[in-house]
Amino acid sequence: MSITIALVGNPNSGKTTLFNALTGSNQHVGNWPGVTVERKEGQVRHGNTVCRVVDLPGAYSLGAFSEDEMVAREFILTGNPDVVINVIDATNVERNLYLTTQLLEMGAKVVIALNMVDEAKEREISIDEKALARRLGVPVIPTVASRRNGLEQLMNAALAVASAPRNGHVRLSYGESIDDKLAKLTNLLKAGRWDYPSGWLALKVMEGDEYVRKIVADEQSMQRSKEFLRLWDEIAANEDYYQLEIVDSRYRFVGEVTQDAVRRPAVAVETATDKLDRILTHKYWGIPIFAAIMFVVFQLTFAIGQDFLGEWMASAVEYIGEFLESLLLTVNAPQWLVDFTGNGIIAGVGAVVEFVPLIVILYLLMGLLEDSGYMARAAYVMDNTMRAVGLQGKTFISMIVGFGCNVPGVMATRTLESKKDRMIAILINPFMSCGAKIPIYLVFIAAFFPAYGGAALFAMYALGIIVAFIMGKIFSKTLFKGEVSHFIMELPPYRMPTLGTVLRSMWDNVSGFLTRAGTTIFAVVSLLWVLAVLPGGVEPYGPESILGQIGLAIAPIFKPAGFGTWQASVGLFSGIAAKEAVVATLGMVYAGVEEGMELVMSIREVFTPLTAVSFMVMTLLYTPCAATLGTIRKETGSGKWALFSALYSFGVAWALAVVVFQVGSLLGFA
Amino acid sequence: MNYSPLVDLHEGVTCKVARIQAGRTATKRLYEMGFNTGARIKVLKNDRGPVIVGLGGHKVALGRGLAAKMLVTKE
Ligand SMILES: Nc1nc2c(ncn2[C@@H]2O[C@H](COP(=O)(O)OP(=O)(O)OP(=O)(O)O)[C@@H](O)[C@H]2O)c(=O)[nH]1
Ligand SMILES: [Mg+2]
Repeated sequence: MSITIALVGNPNSGKTTLFNALTGSNQHVGNWPGVTVERKEGQVRHGNTVCRVVDLPGAYSLGAFSEDEMVAREFILTGNPDVVINVIDATNVERNLYLTTQLLEMGAKVVIALNMVDEAKEREISIDEKALARRLGVPVIPTVASRRNGLEQLMNAALAVASAPRNGHVRLSYGESIDDKLAKLTNLLKAGRWDYPSGWLALKVMEGDEYVRKIVADEQSMQRSKEFLRLWDEIAANEDYYQLEIVDSRYRFVGEVTQDAVRRPAVAVETATDKLDRILTHKYWGIPIFAAIMFVVFQLTFAIGQDFLGEWMASAVEYIGEFLESLLLTVNAPQWLVDFTGNGIIAGVGAVVEFVPLIVILYLLMGLLEDSGYMARAAYVMDNTMRAVGLQGKTFISMIVGFGCNVPGVMATRTLESKKDRMIAILINPFMSCGAKIPIYLVFIAAFFPAYGGAALFAMYALGIIVAFIMGKIFSKTLFKGEVSHFIMELPPYRMPTLGTVLRSMWDNVSGFLTRAGTTIFAVVSLLWVLAVLPGGVEPYGPESILGQIGLAIAPIFKPAGFGTWQASVGLFSGIAAKEAVVATLGMVYAGVEEGMELVMSIREVFTPLTAVSFMVMTLLYTPCAATLGTIRKETGSGKWALFSALYSFGVAWALAVVVFQVGSLLGFA
Repeated sequence: MNYSPLVDLHEGVTCKVARIQAGRTATKRLYEMGFNTGARIKVLKNDRGPVIVGLGGHKVALGRGLAAKMLVTKE
């Protein structure tokens, strides 16, 4: 037997934690509302039932406001789950039960996972789950998803409910006048054929649900009924009132359900969160503290990842290279293969892999930040600044996510309710420097500014944020006019990051990095190697090779920016496949120049400190990688925006690189 | 009854939501997040940035524009 279980609940209630615990998956968990923005599926066997478990984005209600809530709603309405596990946060039962009420109204089979009971206990909130279960008519199972407590009982209850017959809908009273209209409308709707119970459709119509209204309005038989049309108009005339009255009625119902069953201490226990917030959200210190946190992150990344572990990794790569070469020589492999392995793969892919320790440290630190609860505070302290450039605080979260990788960064914009906010957020996200660009900066930093590694990295990231702000301002004044949308954001309690979560999110990113090194980068390097040694007879990696010719054709574009060499041009263009390819390409085309610190040494010879800076600025800002462009296309629903993104960011990057070089030259830098 | 906009209240004050005069979507969103009529909220922070209020044991940050449109009655 197999059944479908949907995980539904308010944002940040622990759905994904539960999903991972149940299915052994490795989905992204973080301590801020809106981490999950798409549907994720996994499987678990319980007894002899195979359960398909579906993790959904968080939602405050079924009337979706943003793209991520839409995904959740869509699955609840059309995915036909056999049972819904409604994950509710025990520290905020009342608000969470609002969604539960809506689920019960539609007659879904529900089991409640009363999650985070550990935190409720800490705050001295007592919950009588038996009373809740009795009054709601559904099982209520206390759980601590992060410690895997209560999962067994939860699954037992879910399977029992899934196989039991549906037990009537919960009927609430919405006040006399609404109940009256509801009854009439329900009766009239019974004449039509629907996929949903007519009572529920009637309720949704009165609540002003666009989707249900459309279903009902599109039904021919309804349009023929005069009585129906009259009622329809009557309802439309009063919809604002009905809407809010229905919401209030649900809260009244929730109030009755929780009456005496949920007790809070008279004076709320002052938590560590309150104390921390006094500092971290301080009106003057908030932003400097954010900057300081980021600065420390980069310093640590550099100190541990590069200075401490980097050497070791570099010699490991070198050792493997030598080993492979001698192996190939002993088996009498053809010269081209030896050459391809040594000067192509090891020089190219190896140059990227050397940075794994650094990436590991960066993602560990980012994971700590994400799981701590600080992300929502960053959004809070940035709201004023963001507002000044026509954006709002919530956009900042998608920007920080972009620091890891722009693909989830662009996806994270789904939580933005206004179309304008979302489009701008998508278009500026690629300016957030992602992990894949770090190897590029690192090579140039090692060549020219080895003493200022952490500060240089920080400066690159800061520049990305500044350019994003400027472009945001320009977009909100030109392409996407309109009011700045409202900022509404829940600030979750700070939580001690769990080791498992942090390690898993780190591994998720690092394995992506390694996979790209083994696939995309490998393919790019192989292709470029072939182009670099052809046509036969030319000097490999020389300007006469096909690759050299292509590079030479492009190079003049970059002359005003100071790095008009064919190697740099080829590197930049291969970076559109994936940003790591820039370093891989540079590693390869400068290979064989000298032994030892080849890449860094040759960079030091062909670049100057000034052109190094302008090249770094270029790589920070120019055309997003193919994966990001693909995501932009998907999320905006149009290839035109992806193309626009590719071109305008190239323009911005080029212009800034030129300014850096020209102004720098004028000022006498070299 | 004396209505005052949430944004005018000082930190530490407890009040009840009376009426929200934002657009229809924003109003419904707030209602569904627990800011329905009669909901008890406590102003936790109100300086330059968004107003932070305590609602049912959780903290919610509301942009100042929005906080100006939320009318409350002091307790
Ligand atoms: N103390 C405690 N923390 C928990 C529990 N379950 C989850 N968490 C933490 O709560 C935070 C949110 O967890 P997620 O699983 O990402 O929540 P979600 O419901 O998937 O959130 P969205 O995807 O944003 O809707 C994380 O920091 C978890 O570590 C629990 O039972 N107890
Ligand atoms: Mg989630």
